Parts: sequence; structure tokens; C-alpha cells
Amino acid sequence: MVLQSLKNCVWLSCILRTPKACFWSAASGGLIIQSVSNDVYQNLAVEDWIHDHMDLEKQQILFLWRNSPAVVIGRHQNPWQECNLRLLRQKNIKLARRRSGGGTVYHDLGNINLTFFTTRKKYERLENLKLIVKALKALRPQLEVHVTDRFDILLDRQYKISGTAAKLGRTSAYHHCTLLCNADKFVLSSVLKSPYKGLKSNATPSVPALVKNLFEDDPSLTSEMLLDAIAKEYAVQHKINHHITLINPADETLLPGISDKTKELQTWEWVYGKTPKFSVSTCLNMAYKDSVLDVKVNMDVKHGRIEACNIDLPEQWLPPGLYSELVKSLTGSKFCPNETTTLLTALLRVCPQDNELHSRWSLLCENMIRLM
Amino acid sequence: VCIHRVRSCSSIRFIKSKYVCVFDKSALKFSHQQRLFRTSAVSCGQIVQFKLSDIGEGITEVTVKEWYIKEGDSVSQFDSICEVQSDKASVTITSRYDGIIRKLHYSIDDIAFVGKPLVDIEIDASKGVASEEDVVETPPMSHDEHTHQEIKGHKTLATPAVRRLAMENNIKLSEVVGTGKDNRILKEDILNYLAKQTGAILPPSPKAEIVPPQRKAEAVPAAPKDKARKVPVPVSRPIAFAGKDKTEPVTGFQKAMVKTMSAALKIPHFGYSDEIDLTQLVQLREELKPLAEIRGVKLSFMPFFMKAASLGLLQYPILNASLDENCQNITYKASHNIGVAMDTEQGLIVPNVKNVQVCSVFDIAVELNRLQSLGSAGQLGTSDLTGGTFTLSNIGTIGGTYAKPVILPPEVAIGALGKIQVLPRFNSKGEVFKAQIMNVSWSADHRIIDGATMARFSNLWKSYLENPASMLLDLK
Repeated sequence: MVLQSLKNCVWLSCILRTPKACFWSAASGGLIIQSVSNDVYQNLAVEDWIHDHMDLEKQQILFLWRNSPAVVIGRHQNPWQECNLRLLRQKNIKLARRRSGGGTVYHDLGNINLTFFTTRKKYERLENLKLIVKALKALRPQLEVHVTDRFDILLDRQYKISGTAAKLGRTSAYHHCTLLCNADKFVLSSVLKSPYKGLKSNATPSVPALVKNLFEDDPSLTSEMLLDAIAKEYAVQHKINHHITLINPADETLLPGISDKTKELQTWEWVYGKTPKFSVSTCLNMAYKDSVLDVKVNMDVKHGRIEACNIDLPEQWLPPGLYSELVKSLTGSKFCPNETTTLLTALLRVCPQDNELHSRWSLLCENMIRLM
Repeated sequence: VCIHRVRSCSSIRFIKSKYVCVFDKSALKFSHQQRLFRTSAVSCGQIVQFKLSDIGEGITEVTVKEWYIKEGDSVSQFDSICEVQSDKASVTITSRYDGIIRKLHYSIDDIAFVGKPLVDIEIDASKGVASEEDVVETPPMSHDEHTHQEIKGHKTLATPAVRRLAMENNIKLSEVVGTGKDNRILKEDILNYLAKQTGAILPPSPKAEIVPPQRKAEAVPAAPKDKARKVPVPVSRPIAFAGKDKTEPVTGFQKAMVKTMSAALKIPHFGYSDEIDLTQLVQLREELKPLAEIRGVKLSFMPFFMKAASLGLLQYPILNASLDENCQNITYKASHNIGVAMDTEQGLIVPNVKNVQVCSVFDIAVELNRLQSLGSAGQLGTSDLTGGTFTLSNIGTIGGTYAKPVILPPEVAIGALGKIQVLPRFNSKGEVFKAQIMNVSWSADHRIIDGATMARFSNLWKSYLENPASMLLDLK
């Protein structure tokens, strides 16, 4: 395996002159590249960049990447429905929304990502997955792996080791998939379990599946070995050299415009704001003094912001003026614990200062924030 | 002339329902007589049904997930129309025509069928169905509304709005680098191009002057210096600023500020400022910093400022009080919960350290570290953000000397600390020495606090900080 670092290349002039950039001389029918970064946003930005700027007519591309702990949701999914956002924040696990469809996955360095870039016409997911299975079997013939018609790869006929998603544009397309080598299954199962109740939405739901690491069947396997085996098989099938070119997703001269793409993927508007409209209909069980209050809450959230909000508090539990201030504050605000905390604590400054009211208010705030 | 055409067009509508007469809306925005006349001559458009093309892999139906346009919007060829999803694949559907969207055949979450109409687009009858042929580049002064211009054998993609912008500023699209999809030229690209043009007229940056002439180099270093010195002759053409006002609703942290500061307006503020010589404190902190680091804590000046303030509040408790709504009663708060103004990515947030009166300087530092990391992660809780009784704002870490802080209700006083500057001062012997000077600006509620009280509190606080050893005497 030969790893080359890409430094001086004349292709920069190619980009400005031709409508679609052609990275390297199009002598070969394929190209294998690997990211040196483990940042999920940077790597997703590379996918966007290649999809938008590269001419895939002459050569197809295989992109290999791995991320430090992150949860990646599909384009049309609802993060509140898909994962435990509280846990993600606590553990400092990143949340990203990719541009392809499909369900939610957990990434860490024990999981490898493979993206197959082709023209729109040559888009063929099954072939790509068969390539991966072929590579796995060549590496370890005793591995019991096969491709299902849902575009999953199963180990031992029952455990999912790969999930697939795809993005199609006007002229180009990509199919990417994961491969579980040695990921932390404990963290995976805990972060992918949503604690949020009462959510109603048309967002694409994920289909939970039993997972297993390849490492569990064969402890001698490493992520590097798998990446190399798949690259080798790709090289054979595309009749190209088994070279893996390293790319740095932070290199603006190599990939002009990449930092803007990376930034966009990290904005709240993209990650949370792109959530399809949903409603929250739940009951807060607030333990107050010696009793437990059941408070019905209904909220409509659009573009990640609270469009409408109704909290069924017992009469006179809060001074009426304060309740309407509360609803007014929440309406139009992000469905986000940080913003809600700031708004509600600010409101507390301007209402009558008595301890009873303050403790009720704090109780209500804490419970509302737990919904987000 | 134009009105006459409308009437004649609307009469045609009743005769032939197949053709709908429309004025190119964009033409109407500009009272450009010439243009109006021309486009009104081609006002009748043809409605084309844009069908959902084959997705591949034998897929026959997809779910519509997001519309990028709405009825009435004008689109150009290759603009994104909508996002559909089918079996884990998200597909961006782009327009094949230039025109105006007249009808969306599906709503969000509907199932759309391959081969069936997706949207109805009204295209200009004169142009016909937009084809893929190249069009010869027209000079930028021309008012022709060609969809494409050729740059060296390639199409330049730009929406009508972008082309208009380029035309108004006499810019050749071929000279602009497009950063959009398919190298499409976006409005930002035109604006960047314009900015570069205006930059040529600005005087050279001071950096160019710093190049030392005595450096024993060849003529080469001198050449760039000369180049930088030469101010290009200003171009006579007027630079049109194409920026537009942007209105957005007040939300989030700003909404919180609106609430708080509007309430603060009801408080009659008075200000009192002074200068503190922190020379001794700076030295003390240098000695204590490594000790704190060993314990895993970052020690800034704030814990000292806060502890000294708390000691001062013990002598002047009215500054740690609260006035009720009717100004009838003053509540002297027992706890000194000193708030610290924090600047986060989302905006201003003020968490407080509880019970500073029973905390050591180190305790305060630990708590500040905790609040700071929570604050930057956006994870401060309600208890951290409520219950404050007195606030300090260390704006000096960003800059400034004197400030005019706003009291955060229900508190009655606040202090803003400027930056620490090294300034010459006279000592008791009349000698000039290097002093570390920081300014403090207090604001207080003049309904219950008078200037004398504030001044005495400030003097006491100042004396603790100028002579840190004196804090030891009163430390609780």
C-alpha cells in the first residue's frame, strides 16, 4: 500500500477553468482517497465538496474516513427522536446531520466509513456492498457476511455490521456506508436510545438493529486492515493502482470553499433547524411540596423553533401575567435547553421576588428543559 | 404603453385559456423604460409540466421531503427545486427550465411518482424550452437577458438577479469566479469581486511602509514597496453598493437581554468610578498561580475581586439588597451570590457564585472554572443563573477603561472592571514608578443607595486590593 501526500498539484488551475474540477490526470478510471482528519464535520464537508465540484465521468472515487465519537443523523431525521441529546452533551459527543437520507448511526474510531462517488447514471449501491463483502472474504474467508436487500451487511446472518445511505444530485451521486470493526457498543446503544416522549413527526425513523463488531468474530482484525482490504478490492475492480492518497479536509487550497462547507454543517440551523415539523405532547410530573402535579404540555416545533406552546398549569399556580410572558418568550425561540434556560431565568428577574414563586418557576423551568 | 398591454393581454386570457399572460415580475421592479417595453413584447408564457425523472435502481416512487421553491418563484435551469427521499437515498431535483413556478403537485411527505408531473413551470414563449446549447457571450453593457454567457467554451451559470447585479455594476461575468454549484456565480461572488475593485482605490496598508530600506537586499524588496506605495488612479465609475437590509426577529439570548434591560430602565442609575493600583495584587497572583495549578485550578484576578467585594458588602449590606416592586421594603440578602458576566458564543449570560461570604479565594476560583466551562458548552443550569445578589463584569479582559454598566434587577449595584494597564504613577516619596492600574466603574440604584455609601464601599474594596495583606485581617 502506498500512501502519498498531496501537495503541489497543477489541478488548481483546472478547477478555475473547467466547470467541474478534475483532481488528478484522468488517466485512471478510479481514485482512492483517505482523510487525515477525524472530525465528522470536516469529513462530511469533503463529501459535499467532491459531490459539488468533481467531474466523475472519467474517474470514480472511493473516500475512506473515520470519526472521533459522533452521532450522525440522516437528512430528514429528528435528532430528538433518534438519540439521547442530553447524554451527547454530557459526554461531549458531536451531533451531525448528513446530506444523504437514511437512519442514524454512531461513529467512533472503531467504525470505518466508505463513500463511493460515481456519476448519477453509474449509481449502483448493491455492487458497492458486494465489493465490500468480497474484500472481507478475501481478508478472512471464514467470515460469515452477506448483503441484504435493505442494503445492510449482516454478520453471522443476524448482526448488522454496516448501514447504507445515499445522495443523488443532478449529475453526480454518492453511496456511503459504515462498517463496524471495533466500535464501543455500550456507548452506541446508550446514545441511540431517545428518552424524549410524546414526539410526533413525519421524520424518517431509524430501524433499530442488533449490531456486532467484526473484531468480536476475529480479534486480529483492525480498522486499518479493513480499509486496506477494501481499497485493494476497489483498485482491482477499477483496474487502478493500489494507491491511497491522503487528503487534509482543512486544506483550503486543495479544496477551495471547504471551510465554508464545514462551517455550514456545524450551524444550529443545519443540525437542528432542518428537522421536519414535529409536535411534542407530553405530561410533566412535577413533584412539588407533598404532591405530584401532572402538567400537560403541547408544543409545535418548526425549523427547530417553538411555533406554539401550551402548558396546562393549575389555575393561579403562576401569576397570570407571568404565564403569558412565559409563552411569549418561548414562542419563536429555539427548542434548545441553553436558550430556554437563559430566557426563563431572565424572566425570573422581572417578576415579583418571593421565594414561593421562585421555587415554582425553577421547578417548571427544570421540567421544560428536560424535554429538550 | 405598458398598461395598454396588460389590458390586451387579459382579454387574450379569456379567449385562450392555454396561454397565460404575465409580465416578467422582475422587470416591473425597475422603472427601466427600455426593458419594460422589450419584455412586455414577450409577456405570454407557456406552462410546461416538469416530470419527476428516473431516480435509478428501478425506483418508481419517492417521498417529497422539502421544497426549495414556492409557487410564484422564478427559477433558472439547474436551480434546486426540491429534496425527495427513497429508501435511504436523498435526491436533489433540479429544474430543467428557466421560468416561474406555477404549481407544486405535491405537499411535504406526499408520495411522488417517477414520470408524473412534479411542478408546472411557466417559461417564456420567445425562448422556448431551454436547451443545452452554448450561447455567444454578449458585452456587459447589453441589456439582453440571456440565460447563459460563455466563458472560454463553458457556460456561465447565474440567476437573473445575479446577472442584473453584474450588469448594474458593469462587471463581466466571465471575470468573476463562481463558487456556487457547477461553478455558478452567486451574489456573494459579485460582491467579493466588487470589494476587490474598491480595494484597489484604498491607500496602501501601513505594513508596506515598515519594509526597512537599509536591509541589504537587492532591488527586489524595494520593488514591492514601490508597488505598494503607488496609489492606483481611482476609477471614475460609481461603485454601487448592493447590500440589502436584513430584518430578523429578536430571539434567544437577545430576547433575554431585552427583558432584563427594559426592566433595568426603571432603576435610576448613578455611576461612580475610580482607579485601583493592582501592583501588589499582580505580584501576589503570580506567586499563587502555580499553587492553584497544582490543584488543577486556573487562578485569575476575579476570585480576588469577588472576595474583596464580599468583604466590602459585609460593611455595606445595602449594596447586596433588593427593593420590592412598590419601593416599600428593602430586603437585605444574607447570601453574597456574586454574578459574573460571561460572554459566550450565543451572547451574554450571567451565572453567579453562591455564598462568596463563606468561600475562600480558592473556592471561588474552583467554582468560576466550573461555571466557565459549563458556560462555553452552553450547559449552565437554572440554579447557576438565578439567585444573584450583586454582579461584577470583567469587561477589561476584552478591553476598555471606564464603563457604564447596567444593574441587573432585582439587584441594586454592579461593577465593571476595565483592563489592567501599566502606567506611571508617583509614590509617597514623589518618585515615578511603574504601576498596574485598573479602573472600576460602579452603578447603583439611587432610590436606596447614595453616593457616599457607594464611595465608601469602593474605597474599602480598593484598599483590600491595593494592599492584599489587609484582606487577611478581615477574611472570614
